Formats: sequence, structure tokens, C-alpha cells
Amino acid sequence: MSEVSYKELSVNGLWKNNPAIVQLLGLCPLLAVTGSVVNAMGLAAATTLVLICSNTAVSLIRNIVSDAVRLPAFVMIIASAVTCIELLMQAYAYELYQILGIFLPLITTNCVILGRADGFASRHSLAPACYDGFIMGLGFGLVLVLLGAIRELLGTGALFANMDLLFGPNAANWKLVLVDDYQNFLLAILPPGAFIFTGLIIALKNIIDTQIKQRQDARKDRPVRGAKRVRVTGNIS
Amino acid sequence: MGLLRITSPHAHGPLSTSRVMQYVLLATVPGVIALTHFFGFGTLINIAWACVVALGCESLALVLRRRPLGFYLKDCSALVTATLLAIAMPPYSPWWLIAVGIACAILLAKHLYGGLGYNPFNPAMAGYVILLISFPVQMTSWSGPRGLSEVPGLLEALQACFHPGAFDGVTMATPLDIMRQNDSLLMEDLWARTPQLGRWAGLGWEWVNLAFLAGGAWLLYQRVFTWHAPLAMLASLSLMAALFYDGGSSASGGSPLFHLLSGATMFGAFFIVTDPVTSAVSVRGRLIYGAMIGALVYTIRVRGNYPDAVAFAVLIMNLAAPLIDNYTQPRTYGHHRSGGEQ
Repeated sequence: MSEVSYKELSVNGLWKNNPAIVQLLGLCPLLAVTGSVVNAMGLAAATTLVLICSNTAVSLIRNIVSDAVRLPAFVMIIASAVTCIELLMQAYAYELYQILGIFLPLITTNCVILGRADGFASRHSLAPACYDGFIMGLGFGLVLVLLGAIRELLGTGALFANMDLLFGPNAANWKLVLVDDYQNFLLAILPPGAFIFTGLIIALKNIIDTQIKQRQDARKDRPVRGAKRVRVTGNIS
Repeated sequence: MGLLRITSPHAHGPLSTSRVMQYVLLATVPGVIALTHFFGFGTLINIAWACVVALGCESLALVLRRRPLGFYLKDCSALVTATLLAIAMPPYSPWWLIAVGIACAILLAKHLYGGLGYNPFNPAMAGYVILLISFPVQMTSWSGPRGLSEVPGLLEALQACFHPGAFDGVTMATPLDIMRQNDSLLMEDLWARTPQLGRWAGLGWEWVNLAFLAGGAWLLYQRVFTWHAPLAMLASLSLMAALFYDGGSSASGGSPLFHLLSGATMFGAFFIVTDPVTSAVSVRGRLIYGAMIGALVYTIRVRGNYPDAVAFAVLIMNLAAPLIDNYTQPRTYGHHRSGGEQ
């Protein structure tokens, strides 16, 4: 069990190993409920909470459960966490609960959660496991919200509609109408839009990664000032 | 074996991409004239504006992909995509509708897949379907043909495109809509009741289709494409219509002639189905490809809920084209069908 650095965990969860756009896990909710910011936020919050709970619990029992039965045990833990979250949402955000519908219970089968439980939490102590759950959930949630924002903006010409479903009646007037008299671009809200824009987000991430890599390579290869050329083949390291 | 019995040099003028595209553009002229005659200047303005947007999008994509601008713009493929999509769209469409369609066609359906030659879907039809799904109201409002309603003049047509709020046009159900929506009449009654149906297949539409047929025949004569796919499509569409048509009731989907001369049949058969990039390439493959499109067009027209079916049918078969090619690869000389040597 190696020492983990929290910085590395954060970079992994948010960017380098982002569950949504690098591991491409949990695509079903990612594609299905990101029609608007509020839906995306609701599901992101629920997923993050489940991730934290399940990672914590799995980490606590990691030395008790034998390898043979670990997966059923993890699934039981995840399912109970999901049920708790579902009941909480039913109590405090009933309308959102109705909108998210089947996708709340389906968090149980979200591969991100089982993946983190088995791949990380079952091998690390409590604090890193808990933090990993939080940061992975955040990485997943940010993509969800970004996608929800793009699709809501292009689909309806407004942002943050119906935020009162999540933040109480005060948030009812948060809706930002960016374009008056907008003709709804239905494709963005329909499932194909989710695929297209997820693909574009992934492409954007790859472009940024390539740029960063090129810049690093350029820095690495810069010749030392005053150095003279030597006849060599290949690179000097 | 039919060998050439002439001595060398066997020089020939191969068709370049840009030449083929120019031929296709030229071949749309009769159809466009017919459309303009019956529906006014809307189609011409659609085409002009679509070409402008298409050149812009193509340049943008080429710059982003770091490709030489001049070389790729000169192949005219963007103009062909723009023209085909503009013809397929209802006349008097607002400018933003055309712009969104062209942007989706050129950027999403063509350049995201790697540009001309790599696109699995026909860009014009992909753009059309994106628009049809996203903006069903605008995409299904066809203006009435000359003879039944006032056809707007040039100024009004410009206004409809660039200042859509102030334009007030007359839209009518197209013949295909009428045929689909009336399930309980005799054909004679239907024809007597609705002047839009014209003589055979819709006032205006029959001439538009004949004009596209003429343009397509010229392309065939110029050997821009082979006869297999278009003929197979028209034949299977007629066959389907003949099978289900009972001769008199409007519930049976219309006669073969009606289907051949209505909607986008001829335009689709000669300008969309023949796309060399997205269709099947082997001869038998083209026959299957065209025939399946014809059958799908009939099915979606009669059973579906959209104004016409050519775009959907073509996109579905675009998906199937590689599979068709896989199973219809011709045997190379000296090899068994199973792949071993003879």
C-alpha cells in the first residue's frame, strides 16, 4: 500500500483520469439526464454523495471482506448508499427526484462507483478513499454540469432554468435568458446532442493535452545557451 | 473479352473531383429552374446564401485542420453540399436555419470524419435530418405552388430569408402530406378535392421531378455515375408502390407514378443516392443499396410522420454501405470466391 499524494488524486480525478471524459464510465446518466443544468447538478450531487459513502464504507471493511465475496459486498454497500440518497432526494427535492426518475436508482450500476470501490477504496485507508470518492465525483459532476449547460444553452437559449427544484424557491428567478426569441435547437436536448457534445468535450480535452505536451517537449528540447554542436545520433538525455 | 482495338497512346481525360462536382452543380440547373418557376425565388436565395455559408464553414474547417485552403476549396464539394441541402430545404427558409444546416453538414458530417472522401454519411442529408429533427415547424412549411397561391417576388423572398419576422407567406400541405393524411377517400375524390395534387403527383412537383430526372440523365450520359443505384432505387420504389396500391383508395399509399414524381424522388435518386463517397461501390452492392433505399423511402413515406423519406432512407443505407460492400466484393481474376488461388 503505497503512500498517496492528495495532489495527484485531485489531478487524476479532475483531469488526467476523469471518470466521464477519460475513463468514459457512467455514460448512461451522462447522456441521459444532462438536458439542463439543474438535472445535471442533481445527478452530479447524488453520484458524488454515493461515491463518498461507498468509498468510505468499502475502505473501512477492506480488511474484513475476503476477496471472493468482495464484489457482492461492494454492490450491497453501493445499493444501500443509493437508496439512502434516493430517499433523501424524495424528501427534500421531490420534483427533481421525479424528473431524474430511473436514473437515481441506476446510480447503483454506475461503473465509476464500483470501479473506484474495487480499484481504489479497497486498497487504501479511510482518508484517501474518502477524498478519492469526493474528487472523482467532482470530476464526473463538472463534466455533467458542463454538458448540461451547453445543451441547455443551445437547446433553449437560456441557462439555469428551474433551479428552484434543487435550491429552493429563492432560486426560481435564477433563469438567465441569453437570447430572446430563440428557436429551440431540439437536437441539442435530444439524445444525439448528448453524444455529439460529449464527443466535442473529449476532443477539446485531447487538444488541450496535446498542446500542453507540445509545450513541455519544446521546453525540454531547448538547447543550452552557448553549447556547441557535437556530432551525435539521437537525442542526448 | 472486349479489349481496346486502338494503338497507343491511350490518353484520356479523367474526371477530376472538381470537374465531377461542377457537372453535378450544372445538372441541378433544370430542377432549380423548375423549383423557381413553381415556388418563386426562395430556392435561389437558399442556394446563394447556403453557398456563402458553406464556403465560410469549409474555410474555417480547413484552417482549423491546417489544410491548404485553395486546393480544397477548388474541388467545389462544399458548394455541391450547400446546393443540394438548399434545394432540399423549403423555399423562404430564414437565414439562420440555412446557416445551422450548412454548419452541421460541413463541420459535423464532413470534416469531423476527416473531410471529403472519409465521411460515412452524405453531408447534405445529414444536415437536412439534423434540421428536420431540430426545427420541425420551419422545415415542414412548404409554400404553395404557382397557380394555387401568390408566389412572392424577389424582394419579398429576400425579406423572408434575412428578416424572417416580417415575412408572411402562404404554406400548404405537400402532395405527400395530403396522401398520408387522407385514409378514407377514393383517389378520384381526393384529386377532385385537393388542387395541389395536380395531374399525376402534385402541381409543380411533377415538373420539378421531371427536371431533376433530365439533369440526372445528363449526368448519367456524362458518366459521372453508373445507372445501377438510381435505377434500383426507382425500380424498388415503384415495385413497393405497385404492390401496396389497390387502384382506388387513398389509404393504399398512392400509385407508382405518384411516388416517382412526387417529393424528392428524382432529386434523391440522381443527386443523393449516387454520392460516390457514401454509397456502396461494387456493382451488385449499388443495386442492393439503391433497392433498399427505394423500399425504405416508400415505407417511411407511407408509415412515417415526416414530409419525405429520402434523407432518412439514405442515411440508414449510408450506415449499411460498408456491410453491403463487404458481402458483394467481386471475385478478383485468378482467385476463388473463398479467397484462395485457383
